[in-house]
Formats: sequence, C-alpha cells, structure tokens
Amino acid sequence: MDLDHIRNFSIIAHIDHGKSTLADRILELTNTVSGRDMRAQVLDTMELERERGITIKAQAVRVSWKGHELNLIDTPGHVDFTYEVSRSLQACEGAVLVVDAAQGVEAQTVANAYLAIENNLEIVPVVNKIDLPQADPDGAAAEIAELVGGRPEDVLRISAKTGDGVAEILDAIVERIPPPAGDPAAPPRALVFDSSYDQYRGVVAFVRVVDGSFAGGEPVRAMAQGTRFEAEEAGFFSPTMKAAKTLDAGEVGYVITGLKDVSRLRVGDTLTSERSPAAEPLPGYKDVKPMVFAGLFPTDSDDYPDLRDALERLKLNDAALFYEPETSQALGFGFRCGFLGLLHMEIVRERLEREFDLDLLVTAPNVAYRVLEKNGDWVEVHNPSEMPREVEAVEEPYVRASIIVPKDYVGPVMELNNDRRGRFDHMEYLSPERVLLAYELPLAEIVLDYYDQLKSRTRGYASFDYDVAGFREGQLARVDILIADEPVDALSMIVHREAAYSRGRALVERLREEIPRQYFDVPVQAAIGSRVIARETIKAKRKDVLAKCYGGDITRKRKLLEKQKAGKRRMKQVGAVEVPQEAFLAVLNLNDGNKK
Amino acid sequence: MSGVRHLYVHLPFCAQRCGYCDFVTVVGRRGQHAAYVDALLSELELEGDVLDPKLETLFLGGGTPTFTEPAELERLLVALPPAAEVTVEANPETVTPQLASLLLRNGVNRVSLGAQTFQPRLLQVLGRVAGPDDVRAAFYHLRDAGFDNISLDLIYGIPGQKPADLDADIEDALGLGPEHLSCYELEAKPGTRFTHAHGEELRRQAEAMEEYFSRVVESLVVAGYRWYETANFCRTASSADGRDLRSRHNLAYWRRRDYLGLGVGAVSTVSGERRRTTPRLGPYLEALHEGRPPLRTIEPLSAEVERDERVMLGLRLDEPLRLGAGAPEVDRDALRRLERLGLARLTPSAGGGELTLTQRGRLLGDAVTADLLA
Repeated sequence: MDLDHIRNFSIIAHIDHGKSTLADRILELTNTVSGRDMRAQVLDTMELERERGITIKAQAVRVSWKGHELNLIDTPGHVDFTYEVSRSLQACEGAVLVVDAAQGVEAQTVANAYLAIENNLEIVPVVNKIDLPQADPDGAAAEIAELVGGRPEDVLRISAKTGDGVAEILDAIVERIPPPAGDPAAPPRALVFDSSYDQYRGVVAFVRVVDGSFAGGEPVRAMAQGTRFEAEEAGFFSPTMKAAKTLDAGEVGYVITGLKDVSRLRVGDTLTSERSPAAEPLPGYKDVKPMVFAGLFPTDSDDYPDLRDALERLKLNDAALFYEPETSQALGFGFRCGFLGLLHMEIVRERLEREFDLDLLVTAPNVAYRVLEKNGDWVEVHNPSEMPREVEAVEEPYVRASIIVPKDYVGPVMELNNDRRGRFDHMEYLSPERVLLAYELPLAEIVLDYYDQLKSRTRGYASFDYDVAGFREGQLARVDILIADEPVDALSMIVHREAAYSRGRALVERLREEIPRQYFDVPVQAAIGSRVIARETIKAKRKDVLAKCYGGDITRKRKLLEKQKAGKRRMKQVGAVEVPQEAFLAVLNLNDGNKK
Repeated sequence: MSGVRHLYVHLPFCAQRCGYCDFVTVVGRRGQHAAYVDALLSELELEGDVLDPKLETLFLGGGTPTFTEPAELERLLVALPPAAEVTVEANPETVTPQLASLLLRNGVNRVSLGAQTFQPRLLQVLGRVAGPDDVRAAFYHLRDAGFDNISLDLIYGIPGQKPADLDADIEDALGLGPEHLSCYELEAKPGTRFTHAHGEELRRQAEAMEEYFSRVVESLVVAGYRWYETANFCRTASSADGRDLRSRHNLAYWRRRDYLGLGVGAVSTVSGERRRTTPRLGPYLEALHEGRPPLRTIEPLSAEVERDERVMLGLRLDEPLRLGAGAPEVDRDALRRLERLGLARLTPSAGGGELTLTQRGRLLGDAVTADLLA
C-alpha cells in the first residue's frame, strides 16, 4: 500500500471513557471481526484486562476503510505505563482522544493528551457516550477544545455503545491525520513498540516500519542491542496474526524473531536489515527504570522456586518488571521487585496470585533513592534496610501530578498535598465547575495511601495522574524497628525527618496491636540510628490454657490444639518472638501519622 | 489383653437448663427416667464385654444424676458393676439426707457437688436453682451420711463477678473443708443466649481471667491443696492421713487410658477409636428398646493423634510426663527454648527423660503444648 493511503493512529482516553468499546465498534464496522467472533474488549486478551477494563499490553490491528489501510495501535491508558504509551504514540501520526460526555476531561485525559502533543500527533477529539441521560456533550466538547486547542464544533460526538458516529471518526482519521512519512526505497528501519513471547515461535516484535520493508527469511539486526536473527515471518494483526509477503514503509505489524530470550530484544530498539543496514537508528530508545519497589515473599517458604519461575515467565512479556533475590531475616527468601508504579505493582501481584496460584506477602512499597555516600559515590537504594546510616545526601523521585476536582474540593486536596510535602505549581479552571491542580509531590508520599486519601477527601470525584519529574534532595531519615531488641529489616522505612517521630510512633503502636502476647515482655521500638524515638511493650501473657478437659472434651481440645499449631506455623520468627505475617503489612495502613 | 477399667455413665436429666452449660441435658421428663435406666442397662449388656471384671472407677455424670428418680437411680447403681472409686455428680438442691444414704448404701464413695459460686446474684446469673445455703446444707448432709471424699465445683469469670467475689467464694469453699476442688473458668459458647445476653461483660471477664486463674491457684496451694491438674485440686496427702485424693476416674482421662461411656451423648475411647453416642434422647431410647446399639459417630485415632493427646493431656498434670522409649516424643528444640524461658523442665533418664512444666508453664499450658508438638 502506498504511504498516502495509510493512517496510523491510537485511541487515548481516561479509564472507562470507552476506549475499548470504540475499538470494538471500529473492528465491527470495518468487518475486521465477524459478528460471530465479536465479544467485548476484543483487543484485551489478558483475563485481568477484561476484568478491570484496562489495557496493559499494547496491541496493533489493521482495518480497511474506504480504500485506506488504518492501523489502530491500542495503548495502555494508565500512567504507570506511560513509557509504553509514548512508544506506541511514536508509531502513530494521530490519536483519537475520547472523553466521556458525562464525566468530562479527567486527569488521564490530560496526561495522555500532553503525551500526544509532545509526540506531534494530530488529535481527533471525540465526545463519547452522548446517549447517556446525564451526558453533557457541549460541556465536554468545550473542555476538550480548551485542553488541546481548536473549536468545540470540531469535536466529534458519538456513542461507541450504539455505534452512532463511529463512521465519522474513521472519515476524520483519513481526512485529518497525515499519512506516515518515510522512504520506501531507503535501507529498512522499524521501531519496536512492544513485544510478546510465544512459547513456540519465541519473541514476537510489534513494529512500525518507517523506511524500506521487511520480509520473512531475511537477516535482521536490532541496532541498539546488536542482536541478530533471521526474521521467521512478517505480518500484521487482523486482529489475529496474518502473515504478509512484506511489511512496508508506513505499515504497522509484527516480525517473528525466533529469539528464545526476551531480554535480547528491547522495546524501543530499531530493527534494520543485515544486508543493507541503515546508518542511524530511529530516535526513541530509552531504558525504562522502575521507580516503586517492594519485597515479594512466598507465604510458604517452600514456594520460593515457584515464585522465581513465575517472575521469570512474567518478565517475558513485561520488560519493565525488575526483580532480584532478596533475603530478609524476618521473611526469609524472596525477591525485591521494581515496578513502574502502583498499578503495575498491583497487576504483577495479582497475576502472580491468580495465574500462578501463589500466596504472597508483599512488603510496604518504597521508592528508589539516590544516595551520596560519605566517600563521594552515588548509589541507588531500592530497600530501606540497605540505606547507609551515614550519608552525605539523599535524593528521592518527584512526580508531576495532575488532579482534577470539582471546585468545591480544591481546599481538601490542597490540604492533603501540603501534608504530603507537595509543591503547588499551578491551577486551571477547565470549566466553571472543574479545576485542574498541578503539583509536584515526592513519589514516596504517593505510594502508600495517597490515592485512597484523595478519593475519601473528594468523595471519589477527584481524578489523578502523574509522571516522574526527576530526583530531588530531601531531608530523609531511616527509621528502624526493633522487636525485642532485634532490628527487623522488613519494617525499616525511609521517611521525611519531620514525620519520623509520628510515623515511628504510629508503627510501633500498630505493631503492639498486631503482635500477639508472648511468653515474655516484648519491647517494640522505633529508632533513628541508635536514638530510640518510640517505644511500646507487649506484656507477657500469663494464662493460655483451657480449664476443663474430661473424656468428652478430648477431641475438641485436640482440634483447638491443631489450630494453635497451625497458627504458630504461619508466624515468622524474629529472634525469639513470633510475629504474624500481617504485622509486616502494618506499615501499609498506618494512619496518616505525619498529618497530626 | 486386659479390659477397660474405667466406666462413665451419663444421666442427662436436670430440673432446668443452666444458661452456660454445654453438656447433653434434658429438662424434666420424669416419666422417662425408668425407660432411660432400662436403656443404659441394655447398652451395658451390649458393650459391657470390653470391661475388665475388676473396674477401677465408675463415674455418674450429667446432667444432674441426683435429679433422677431415686428409685431409678438406685436400680441403676445396684445393676452397675462395682468399682474401687464410684463418683456421682450432684446438684445441691437435690441432696437430702435420704439421697445421701441412698448413694452411700449403693457403693458410692465420692460425690462431686456443683456449688459454682456462693454469691446469690452470681448464682442467679448462672441460672442455678440452689442458693448458697443449699450448697452448705447439701455438703453437711453428705458429711453426716459418712462421705469422706467430697469435691466442690467452682466457676469463675461469671458476668458481674469481681475479684472480691472470687476471694469470698474460695473462702466459703475452704470453710467447708472439701477433699477436692474443681475450679473452671466460665466458657460461654458463641451463639448461645447466655453469650448474647452477657456479651460485653463476658469480654471484660475474659480480660480478668488470667488474674482469676493465678489467684485461684495461689489461694488453694497456700491453703494446703495440691494443684494436680490444670483445673483440679485435692488436699495434699500429708494433710489427709496419707490418702491420695486425686480423682482416679479423671486421672484415667489425663493419662489417656481407655474408657467406656454409656448413655446419651457419652464418649468412649476404646482400642484406637473414639466414639460418641447420639446426643438425641428419642433415637437413643428407641434403639436400645429394640436391642440395637444407638447411633454413634466414630473417630479413628492414629498413632500420631494418640501421641499428641498423650502430651496434651499429660502436661495438664503435676506429675512428670515420660518421654521417649515407648512414650511420646516432643520437639526437643522447642523444649530447650521453653526450658530457657523457665516454663518447662526436663529430668534426663535412661529412656528419654521426664518432662514437667513449671507453675508458669502450666498456666500457659496450651501454648506450651502447641510449641512442643509443632
């Protein structure tokens, strides 16, 4: 197909604004999927994606419309996957921006729209769900026009549910989005914007061809990594894989690499031909760095090998997942895992528990820290218990956060952000009723319970999104927890100096409630270095025996004993103290200690 | 093989049901007492061949055995095989001079009297029929008839009870000079009316329980009683002319001997099996009337379960538990840890040692047992 008849586009939207439904309607309208094969969220194949109504992996599907070849690149909507979104957007020339007519512009709409604008994409704004009784298409259109520039009357009005207006979107894609630029005669270059792993065929690269063409049987090289392989097959998705003789400049599709090791082909790399290699790779290769870390431990230590295998397998399709073995005195053998953000962490955890049937203990998440040591070396710390006690300086990641709320909730949100060490950047009225608040916040303040707090203080009306802005120095302290004078690595935390006392106090109080009484008094302390900042004592128990036990009671009594034994097996031994696993999660739901 | 030397007979009838009670009981039904005794005797006929010709102990429990029609009770006592120790449980309001002599002339040599408390308002909370003076009167009727082995039951942790009430109960009980005392914490079953009615107060009492327990132990030990089982005390041999006043029947449970139980809801442990007879009176009577064994649930007991039970029960006693060489084994690492904590003591011996719990260890007996068997 010549370049003039190709259009490459994404659909971007806030969660639940109808992105997947719109994609379904487009597949139907263009007869890409027969009515018989149609089901909701055709492009979301993972169980979790369907259930949560989100897209985690990028997908690309080719459809035909009035003599044109349209490539729809479906992207994850959530900011945790911003890197994937921006890669996908790089493969496009335009984006359909979908906004719910009843909800209006939301935080994710803003974040995604900015990303599209940064990537010089032509935006086709759309108001969806105009069939809803509470829809306000004019209001939503005005908000979009305000956000992306342009006139409200250019905003398309549709119902993805009924299909009303979907054909007009396809027409607008052909009319407004420019055809891809690129040189069919130049040495081939293709951007890898995602990949998946097929156990029979190895790594499948999802690519956007920029110059030249690719075909099965040809030797190919990944330019940044230098990996060489023979392309087994090139083709496109419609929506399942269809082999093609060639994949040409401007087109979107896949290349089957046959590679068995997923780490040998990174997303963002440029493929070229080994026979006539391009001189320069495409721009866009960037190593993605996890920002949120947590320890994952099997509840039953026998499951450690299973957890290792499961992480290995997840990593095949999730290049952003990082893990390394971790040994905790308290929790035994596990893995310290790095995630792009909280949703990413939650998804990995859920997939491990569901797809691999593992019972996990996940420690409180923390962020990555950059630490300047006394000897002048910078090191990155992923675990509070590894934070050196003597440091020159500590830097922590900050995020740019966009929060959109009805104007009545501006006060509570500002108060929350102030409590969380936020720096106010600016405020915008998206409409007379709705306000965009832009803040810079330490990521560490978000990873615990920020989102829950935000929801409860705004009665669920706030929408929130963020992206990482960089590292800044912070006045941070490492707080250690000692149980019966033994430091417990899994409970160490890094907190702002001003909050250290109240967080330490709150955690020690929680632990006193969570840890059952033992045979002896157990002091629980929080300390910065050798200075104890909070202390509680769990009093020894004095009685633990059932008074009555005769011939008719023996079986019942023995069953109680079995229960008691099973309870003990679930405990983790910290020195001589038995600590229930739940106690290690106490730090997760500390009452907002630094607030008071 | 020697036969079973311990026989339990359950008599379920009561004047009324006490709110906290979880035994199999039947209120009233005087008309059924004769039929019930018939059923017991035909059950004895069916099951009795496991019994040793020389019984060590016979125990009549309930319910309120002494609420049974006197003529029927006597018919039963006459028909049951003789034993070295014959105990009958009694409620104070049922004990008359006539009943006391009926028991004595039919071979009963030990009576366990359910006093529970001497505080009128607490007796009322428990829903007991007797008042404090009924308890004293019953005790003296038994003494006057010639009983020289009387046990009193006390309950603590009653809704509304204060530490001073418990002290007064102990003092009142000691004032009667019983040979034996059983002291239980009130165990309120979740979901019962009693628990529902006293929920808040029961939680408060549960917190006070550990204080009550050590108070009971200390007071009775000081008064010259031997704390021979978690909830049981008897006069020391030196204060009782050298007599061993422990309940021999209950000792058999704690030493995990086999025993046969007759009657509705009764439990037996015989040759590696635990059996519980149906707790429903109608089907029980009907089956035995037709000469069939009543419905029973059977629990096979593996060697491991038996070991666990030996340790669990044995550690309730003040006498040492023999370990190793034909006796049960425990987790030795846990044992060393418990020794360091001052909760257990191991006296080495040729076979494998003898395990005793310290006073604190016994107060924490369930947790200690779980550690030793984990």
